[in-house]
Amino acid sequence: MPEIVATTPGLFPLPDWAKDKLSDLKGHQKTDLISGDEGAAITDAYERAREEVVSLQTDAGLDRISEGQLRWDDMLAHPLAIHDSVETRGIVRYYDNNNFYREPVVTDDLTADGDVAAELDAATVLVDSGLQAVLPGPYSLADLATDEYYGDDAAFLDAIADFLVGEVEQFPDVETLVLLEPSLVESPPEDGTDERASEAIDAVANAIDADVVTHTYWGYIEEKTYAHLMDADVDAIGFDLVADHDKNVYNVQEYGTKDDVALGIVDGQNTRVESPETIRDRIDWFEQQTNTAYDTVYATTNTETVYLPVNKFEEKIRSLANAATLEAPEADQ
Amino acid sequence: MTGPREGFRPADHENDHFLLTTVVGSYPKPKWHDRAREMFEDDGSDFGEEEWQESKDDASRLITHEHERCGIDVVCDGEMRRNEMVEYFAHRIDGYEFNGRVKVWGHNYFDKPSVADEVEYGEQWLVEEFEFTDEVAERPVKVPITGPYTLANWSFNEVYDSEEQLAYELADLVNEEIEALVAAGARYIQIDEPALATTPDDHAIVGECLERIVDGVSASAASGGSSDSSDGVPDDVRLGLHVCYGDYSRIYPEILDYPVHEYDLELANGSYEQLDVFKEHGFTKDFAMGVLDAHTAEVESVEEIKRNIKKGLEVVPPERLTVSPDCGVKLLPREVARGKMENMVTAAREVEQELDAGEIDVVADSGAEASADD
Repeated sequence: MPEIVATTPGLFPLPDWAKDKLSDLKGHQKTDLISGDEGAAITDAYERAREEVVSLQTDAGLDRISEGQLRWDDMLAHPLAIHDSVETRGIVRYYDNNNFYREPVVTDDLTADGDVAAELDAATVLVDSGLQAVLPGPYSLADLATDEYYGDDAAFLDAIADFLVGEVEQFPDVETLVLLEPSLVESPPEDGTDERASEAIDAVANAIDADVVTHTYWGYIEEKTYAHLMDADVDAIGFDLVADHDKNVYNVQEYGTKDDVALGIVDGQNTRVESPETIRDRIDWFEQQTNTAYDTVYATTNTETVYLPVNKFEEKIRSLANAATLEAPEADQ
Repeated sequence: MTGPREGFRPADHENDHFLLTTVVGSYPKPKWHDRAREMFEDDGSDFGEEEWQESKDDASRLITHEHERCGIDVVCDGEMRRNEMVEYFAHRIDGYEFNGRVKVWGHNYFDKPSVADEVEYGEQWLVEEFEFTDEVAERPVKVPITGPYTLANWSFNEVYDSEEQLAYELADLVNEEIEALVAAGARYIQIDEPALATTPDDHAIVGECLERIVDGVSASAASGGSSDSSDGVPDDVRLGLHVCYGDYSRIYPEILDYPVHEYDLELANGSYEQLDVFKEHGFTKDFAMGVLDAHTAEVESVEEIKRNIKKGLEVVPPERLTVSPDCGVKLLPREVARGKMENMVTAAREVEQELDAGEIDVVADSGAEASADD
């Protein structure tokens, strides 16, 4: 019987009052998106919203508490979009969604920034235990950006990994770091790059004294990429069982996985709310299919939850938390 | 097979050539109409259903006439009764529910609906809008309707096994509405499928949706379907498909097989970089080409628009070229939208005169397959 840890990949929807308030304060055009040096009124609004989503998670009983990444107007591209060495250009599509972000174009040296660390510092006073940091994985962040400085893909990926290491080194103490790597699924790395992607993840994971989960979603990753990812020194790999449970199970059956595992078993892009029992059934199913007793199962939505209306987001958070505390079913005799 | 296009030529059209000018649909709402909606939605206000109806009628009449004053050949009411292209329809379809706003980008949100029960035709969608507009308009009226694939793709699907299945169910409802529109006299219907641009691999699903839409029309409203690929659509009804902001090379030439007469495509926004896509394979249907950028607040000059129109003549001959903006123009300031419409019509008429005078070499051939049975 593993320990079930109810959590999320972060990137929450803004509370509805904050949508209105920040629309008024910031505006609706692409030049109005978050800058990283926003003034007091905007900072105050985000702080209020952060308090609200932390309370929501605490009250629901989640085991890991995210600060919500509410400032991340550009979703996973955020850490670059607000960086001084990055120009933001047109609005471009965010993966295969009806969502858009500013194309970040790296035009100078990617120095350590501290923006994400500052968000976590603000959260430490709100969270007693179980603080979880969220970052884009290096491969996905490089994939979402355009390089006009480093010159080749390998150097750029290394620079992004170094940048994330610099970010992580400024973090306060956190229980868990989740590295989100949807691009491993959506833009599969080619030969050679797959190994470098794993090494980049390894570099970021080794920069922090916390449990590290690399979560993948919107499908499954190619076998060879998965085999390389297994070489990275992370505590758990995350699988999107909503988008494709069979192919993800196949990877684990063929190549094994870490002692801990993260399972995306609640749909972050659909308003249909899964019951705690359904969530537990899905965990049990995965354990049976992979015939493994895991130390820890992180139970999570498959994707960020920014796609959901607030009421359904809240219901899903509660369902996840309740699933983790359900009485274990009687073992079959 | 380009459909009943000549029927839209105005009686007083002065040139031999006819480049049909039209709009995609939405137009900036008058400020007083926005205020009326706010008051109607304010529970504390005594602005009731009757007053709101009057506001919608007044705005519809005003914008229809504004299009006519600009000289547009086939007009719309600027979608004055609609709030958003998915929400409007979802409110009228049984099975949908609303849970709150979701982000599109930055602080731009939309009330993305959920399909929480099986979808069924509820209250009428567009027949009243069409009948009113047709009544007040001197010119022919085009009806834009959000297509089933976009209605499915831009909703949460809680019920159906796949988005594809939901799209087909919705196609049957769109078919029912188009049947009613045709029965009410609509002769130019544009199906809007912007979601196709975001998921181009699904072009076959959109094609199947369109087949369902037109086949249903055949079964009831048509007085006798034609034998061409628009089988089922009454001969005097013109069907268009609008797609925008995507990589057309991933859906073209496959979309030419769809049972519609015309494709309305955004191209000015990308400075016609994708125009070559349509030259590599003969454009065998009518080409409604965006000649105005819907997202720049500067009015393009007549000369610039004429240059754009002439790019369309590299793809199809004049008798198959329709001139329109890239997309709905509702986000523009109203005076800018009006300026763009006026210049677009002036440019089209000047190009027609140059064509009449033999001053323009039309690059595109007439496309033997295209006009053969017109």
